[in-house]
Amino acid sequence: MDTPIAAPSLPVRVAVLRSPLAQAAALTALTLGVLVTLLLATGHDPGVALRALARGAFGSWYAFTSATLVRAVPLALTGLAVALAFRAGLLNIGAEGQLLAGAAATAAVLGAFTSVSAVIALPVALLVGMICGALWAGMAALLRQRFGVLEVISTIMLNYVALYLVGWLVRGPLQEPSRIYPQSEGLARAFQLPTLFTGTRLHVGLVLAVGLSTLAWWWLRSTAGGFRLRTVGMNPSAAFTIGRVNVSRVSVWAFLVSGALAGLAGAVELTGVTYALYESISPGYGYTAIAVALLARLNPLGVLGTAVLFGALQAGGNAMQRDAGVPIALVHVVEAIIILLVIAGDRLPATRAERSA
Amino acid sequence: MITPVDDFLAAAVRTATPLALAALGECITERGGVINIGLEGAIICGALAATIAAGTVGGPLGVTAGFTAGALAGVVVTLLFALFTVYLRADQIITGTAITLLSLGFTGLVYKTVYGTTGVGLTIPTIGDVPIPGLSQLPLVGRALFAQPVITYALYAIVPFLAWWFVRTHAGLALRATGESPDAALAAGIQPRTVQALAVLAGGAFAGVAGATLVLAQSGTFVEGMSAGKGFIAIAIVVLGRWTPLGVAGAALLFGGASALQYLFQSLGWREVPYQLFLALPYVLTLLVLARASARSQAPAALARRQLTVG
Amino acid sequence: MTASLALSLRGIHKQFGAVRALHDVTLAVRAGTVHALLGENGAGKSTLMRIAFGLVRADRGTVDVLGTTCAPPFTPSMAIAAGVGMVHQHFSLVSAMTVSENIALGSQGRYDPATVHAQVRRIGERTGLVLDPNARVSELPVSAQQRCEIVKALARDARILILDEPTAVLAPDEAQALLAWLRTFVAEHPSHAVVLITHKLRDALAMADDITVLRRGERVAAGVAHTFTEASLADAMLGPGERTHAVQQEVMPRVDAHTDSVGAHHNVITADAIDVRDPRNVLRVRGASFTVRAGEIVGVAAVEGSGQHELLRAVAGMLSIANGRLSAPSDIAFVPEDRHRDALLLDASLTENLALRDAGTRSGRMEWRTLATRTAALLTKRDVRARDAQVNARTLSGGNQQKFILARALDDAPPALIVENPTRGLDFRATADVHDALRDARDAGIAVLLYSSDLDEVLALADRVLALHNGVVHEVPRDRAIVGRAMLGAA
Repeated sequence: MDTPIAAPSLPVRVAVLRSPLAQAAALTALTLGVLVTLLLATGHDPGVALRALARGAFGSWYAFTSATLVRAVPLALTGLAVALAFRAGLLNIGAEGQLLAGAAATAAVLGAFTSVSAVIALPVALLVGMICGALWAGMAALLRQRFGVLEVISTIMLNYVALYLVGWLVRGPLQEPSRIYPQSEGLARAFQLPTLFTGTRLHVGLVLAVGLSTLAWWWLRSTAGGFRLRTVGMNPSAAFTIGRVNVSRVSVWAFLVSGALAGLAGAVELTGVTYALYESISPGYGYTAIAVALLARLNPLGVLGTAVLFGALQAGGNAMQRDAGVPIALVHVVEAIIILLVIAGDRLPATRAERSA
Repeated sequence: MITPVDDFLAAAVRTATPLALAALGECITERGGVINIGLEGAIICGALAATIAAGTVGGPLGVTAGFTAGALAGVVVTLLFALFTVYLRADQIITGTAITLLSLGFTGLVYKTVYGTTGVGLTIPTIGDVPIPGLSQLPLVGRALFAQPVITYALYAIVPFLAWWFVRTHAGLALRATGESPDAALAAGIQPRTVQALAVLAGGAFAGVAGATLVLAQSGTFVEGMSAGKGFIAIAIVVLGRWTPLGVAGAALLFGGASALQYLFQSLGWREVPYQLFLALPYVLTLLVLARASARSQAPAALARRQLTVG
Repeated sequence: MTASLALSLRGIHKQFGAVRALHDVTLAVRAGTVHALLGENGAGKSTLMRIAFGLVRADRGTVDVLGTTCAPPFTPSMAIAAGVGMVHQHFSLVSAMTVSENIALGSQGRYDPATVHAQVRRIGERTGLVLDPNARVSELPVSAQQRCEIVKALARDARILILDEPTAVLAPDEAQALLAWLRTFVAEHPSHAVVLITHKLRDALAMADDITVLRRGERVAAGVAHTFTEASLADAMLGPGERTHAVQQEVMPRVDAHTDSVGAHHNVITADAIDVRDPRNVLRVRGASFTVRAGEIVGVAAVEGSGQHELLRAVAGMLSIANGRLSAPSDIAFVPEDRHRDALLLDASLTENLALRDAGTRSGRMEWRTLATRTAALLTKRDVRARDAQVNARTLSGGNQQKFILARALDDAPPALIVENPTRGLDFRATADVHDALRDARDAGIAVLLYSSDLDEVLALADRVLALHNGVVHEVPRDRAIVGRAMLGAA
């Protein structure tokens, strides 16, 4: 029996803010506060920048659906992937690589299926995307269970490998026929995910994200399998000693499911937004997903909310860069600072209690 | 005559230098019981600080200013990490990840703010190779080992010194005791928190110098995200080196070699092999090495433990 | 009198959050004496001595070492410099380092192994505490580790030795030898002193010149040892009402009539020449053969690290058997010694902690409402003090946590129960409750396998005793002297 690796302590409880609405308000306020501070520090006019941000994220029905929500979809799916893994005590930092693996596999399947009906081809392609995402994560799971390799490191290494793999694919086997651009051939209309509202770019991936988040929330809360996963995340040693839980098996499955969700994010991004595979298909969704998941306190339903928040931040960040000359990197700084503030907010009271003891 | 193999070996040592620096720093940190996943962040911040300082000061002094600024930046970044992990006892892995993300975003932001979106006009002084007369003429290893920048030579002194320091000084004993059993250290009159904070900061300084090396001894310029996972590779190097300075140096050389293979194959004319394969090689190697090493038993017993004392 | 005091603590107050750990405690240790600091678990003995060693800062009060007042902030390094050495209950040694590295720990400048080796050898010659300076601590038996702790203190010229429950980890003969050595130590150095932290009346009366008794953070008695009797000490330690039970337990382990009827019951656990390896593949149990019958408590007596950890887990089905045959029911309940690490989800509700019991086998939906009702009923039935079934396990006191764990283990009447150090860290009341629960389980026909590092607890509870030495099991008569020798391998 291998020794279970201790679960990380994660911010799962909120002391003061009970209602979801109060939490959402507090988060938004926090984000805005950090944003304004950074804008001032880098010598930008917060008024101008924030107006650009608001316009880009919420300024119109089109902006909200086609910029904010379109970005929220991959963030929600990868955020869910990270949340489930963290809940099981697995620090999967590899959603980015799993997303790329899923997107690449989907592109490959659809590229080969040109003569197959879309009704079959599209679901199969999405499924293969999920499977490849799961397999990409599965490598890290295998390394962890068999060899005790820290999954944080292995998943990050796999992110780089996936990136170079996609780089090779789009210049090799999957390159578009003219062989000029490093990208795959654009998807035929029939192979694109249908949009939800005409005149917008918002696709049915949103329905998938909402459905899967709800399902994950219910599963964690109400089923034996979900409870098992939580026991492994909370205390693998007690889960094994008292509950006789097969910790390795639960961990491996959690890793696979997490990878499948991230892979689905890639498949959905490819078929719903980019319609072609290229190296920069993800602007770091898999990394932002960590902030999305942590900020949602690893709650699958909360992930939906934080995904919209970060989707708005990224959509608005692009508008800020365009209209106010604010580097988009600022948005990433905001995300990281929020993670740190959440950690500090969780640890400060505990530390104070330990100090007085 | 200079052969492709000479070039390969020289490139291996050159690429290994920043890896070894970062990994030696991480080795100190981990011996104290803390795993700093934010190492990547310290490297990229060191690289940017070195760029700015060397560019501002200019001239021969600019290089010194660059390395100093790199070390300082590394210390500042890890000070944040130390605050969270040593004093707030927050989870080391999550904090380290957040700090890496923060640093990558922050350096991008500062770089754009300082140099504009184009980033052109970067002319910074770099540190040249200093061939050692005689030794650099040795066959095979001569150029690889003795026609390198001064920072590489510094490693030749740092590695044996650290190896000695770990086992033959009371400070080294205190560091190892803290990493193995903070309770025992405390009972022996050592302040584990202070030891851990210093170990983290020392690791940050090394990582900052590693970042400075990337700029001042290799690329001669700053590129966003140029650390490219070297912090994580350095952590793998520490595992492979079994937490000893000599082992770490050897492991770093192995990784340097893997990265340098592309030059060898290019000069041998193997053009049909996709270059992405070589770019991915160090990362794949890291995975294989970690699986092979499977050496958790050699790790400091209290590594990554949040609770400082049980009693 | 003041002139001859080696260690003097006056008016010590210490509050941990809402808990009053020490209230106006005074301790006067005369030079040239062995002083017993007596009290039950949680009485504040260890805290008081951790204050004397600078590990814990007192809220109020003064510490005088060898006539000098130690001004705050008082740290372990200052305590060491002042001549105080402490041997902790859970040793403060770095097991991955060598004996001499451990002894050198905490100094400054260069570390020269040769100098420390010579010092270890010198101390060995002078005191009889012989150690191999090059040995790794992890490879030493527990008695040698304790020796290493003492040598570590002596190497820094400790003149006041504080030992926290030093006999707890030793076999009786080893304990005798240690106590005798401590007597010699003070006899040879009239300016030195020893403080013995203990909860055992027997040790206090037999070995100490003076005794101070703590109860619930207050000093309730102090004086020369021969002015006390077992009864007066028990009164002081536990408060009047509790005495009879306690004395009975420690001084004359209850002999159960039960033993006679044992033969009538069937074997629940049968081990036939089993070998057990630990996860690192080291052979820890060799050829063990024994049985545990329904309705009896079989106690395992062993010094730390003899293979009991692996033996218990193998019987519980958590470690596989390398050789031999083991027949045991699959639904054995197991109560591990480390509650927080191995038995509880500290940040989950008691209901979820109850559900943990079947987490590995459950399928389908979780019936949280039914589980909550069952948990609430269990809390009432087993007298676990918790607000309700929804509070987190972390909020319970140690005693109530352990009562909950036992209640959970016994909830669906398992055929067998394995318990490991079931009362570690519990106060007297909780200990008594746990003992009662174990006896009730036995009387209900459950086969109980018990290990306790406290030999007296094993003798008090067990119907039969297995002595375990270096992985080899022998059944031995329930006699303190015989069991003690068997624990050291003298069959």
